Amino acid sequence: MNGKPNNILEVDKLITSFETDRGLLRAVDQVSFTVPEGKTVGIVGESGCGKSVTAMSIVRLLPQPAGKILGGKIIFKGQDLLHASEAEIRKVRGGEIGVIFQEPMSALNPVHRIGHQVAEVFHLHKKISKKDAWDAATEMLQLVRIPDPVKRMMDYPHHLSGGMRQRIVIALALACRPSLVIADEPTTALDVTVQAQILDLMGRLQSEMKMSIILITHDMGVIAETCDEVVVMYAGRVVEKASAEELFAHPLHAYTKGLLHSIPTLDTPSKSILNTIPGMVASLADYAHGCRFCQRMGRKAPGVSERPIFAEVSPGHWVETCPECYQP
Amino acid sequence: MTPPPLLSISQLCVHFPVRGGVMLRQTGTVRAVDGVSLDIAPGETLGLVGESGCGKSTLGKAVVRLLKPTSGSIHFGDADISRTSQRALRPLRRNFQMIFQDPAESLDPRMSVRSILEEPFIIHGLGSRAERRQQVDDLLDRVGLPASTAEHYPFEFSGGQRQRIGIARALALKPKLIVCDEPVSALDVSIQSQILNLLVELQQDFGLSYLFIAHDLSVVKHISDRVAVMYLGKIVEVATAETIYRDPRHAYTKALLSAIPTPDPKARREKILLEGDVPSPINPPAGSAFGHRIGHPRYEETIGMDLALREIAPGHMVAADPCCLTDEDWRKIRPTSL
Repeated sequence: MNGKPNNILEVDKLITSFETDRGLLRAVDQVSFTVPEGKTVGIVGESGCGKSVTAMSIVRLLPQPAGKILGGKIIFKGQDLLHASEAEIRKVRGGEIGVIFQEPMSALNPVHRIGHQVAEVFHLHKKISKKDAWDAATEMLQLVRIPDPVKRMMDYPHHLSGGMRQRIVIALALACRPSLVIADEPTTALDVTVQAQILDLMGRLQSEMKMSIILITHDMGVIAETCDEVVVMYAGRVVEKASAEELFAHPLHAYTKGLLHSIPTLDTPSKSILNTIPGMVASLADYAHGCRFCQRMGRKAPGVSERPIFAEVSPGHWVETCPECYQP
Repeated sequence: MTPPPLLSISQLCVHFPVRGGVMLRQTGTVRAVDGVSLDIAPGETLGLVGESGCGKSTLGKAVVRLLKPTSGSIHFGDADISRTSQRALRPLRRNFQMIFQDPAESLDPRMSVRSILEEPFIIHGLGSRAERRQQVDDLLDRVGLPASTAEHYPFEFSGGQRQRIGIARALALKPKLIVCDEPVSALDVSIQSQILNLLVELQQDFGLSYLFIAHDLSVVKHISDRVAVMYLGKIVEVATAETIYRDPRHAYTKALLSAIPTPDPKARREKILLEGDVPSPINPPAGSAFGHRIGHPRYEETIGMDLALREIAPGHMVAADPCCLTDEDWRKIRPTSL
């Protein structure tokens, strides 16, 4: 061992497409990244960049029948998830890999009691009796710091506030002590104060349970506070990848720079004109073959008719080396 | 001499009845806005922040009279508009407009952009057909949309472009005040900055005042001259944007500020973590609402106490609440009777 933690998950050249009226469209185009044991990897990008589709491809929760994984490899703890059977993947999902969805109201079943929903996970995955499952569920609610868990077990989701519901969703995801948690915008629907509580809770549980996290968000602030590694996605591709410290200190891709500079921080002078990224993301059907950020900026990079080469420019720092967008 | 305020709200309350049972008798009251007093000067942006459910949107809607206040006054210039009938309000409405959070839901899907933008002129009987045409083209140009988009329908636009249409509609009658209710929170970051820049430019060009409601404190700091912090229907602190972020005095303001994630991995700070959620405005605690949430030992004292805003430094108002101030600050502003 050279001191580097092992990778618990390897995603290699993943291609996910959707069958649409306009043909087969590639939402995720050769995305590769790894998740080291016990670390948090953030995937950041604007809506439609493919970050959620990437995550849902890992647990094979794509909309059916439209979503198709057409290529690449997803290796989780040595197991090839893309070629696993439906029964095998079902065991992994909710067992070894937990998923936290953005909208806690739609992730919970409105007509079942909280206790029933959390206990079901134990009952299905651990094959224990209903009574034991109920006790385990109560314990789980305690772990995510829900006040008065015994009483809350009998509540329905609509009885709880947004923050409390998100705690329940976290309890569901963590019930089987997964080694990897995929959190898709877990705090986007919440207030900043509640967001701080939830991020703090996830951080504590991560160190207690030694799990890895994939955190999907569009908020650079959340990335900076929680992630060890960052993957920046634009229009279905990874444009930059580095450790969080490196990425915030030395962003190299024009898109990453644009994202970092367009958010006002508490230090930005009031009413100054903010940097903007002009235009908007092209729709899936109109993605360019060449550099897609050049497409947004309305320019053509010389000599780039295919995807720019994704290269490691310094140890651990990868970036798409389009002559226009790569700006060291 | 400071100019007279454009908008002056005094002791404004908006309460909603809670009905239950078979006879739908009133069983409680939601005190969404509970005794709020604020001024907005011409050309000023007042930011309004707070957690969801604190009553900030209700306050914004009451200001433009989309809701009828229960009590209190809203002076717009010289006129008190808090009791005016809808009919009498109509000619006044061109002075105050609103931009909504979700541009997809606030634009009629069956109207073209031209009819959406022309409607205010028609309602107010302004201009000939040719003049209105010209006005719509000018508005589109002003918010950065090509004139060719006038015949398109809302669904043909992206979120950011739709918000530009919403802004153009609010601008149409050259209002003096625009209430912006979370105008950028539904947009992607790169689009957010485009819209914020547009709002700042328009303010400079037209001398607009904004009441800018948002939960994103960095955005509010960026666009506001002064910031008011709202908690459970009441304003707990008001100061210039710079002061409130540099020197917050109220415990709730401090907690809100410390919760903002900073985009710098080296600056991971200790946060003030608040337990629990915003309490319900149905039958709120009798004393200090925030003191109750954090379980402050002096909470009992505040029951029946006057927790109104007092000036702690020039232009810096904070609720006189022993649970939420440092001892030193409390001594400075406590009522003389205590």
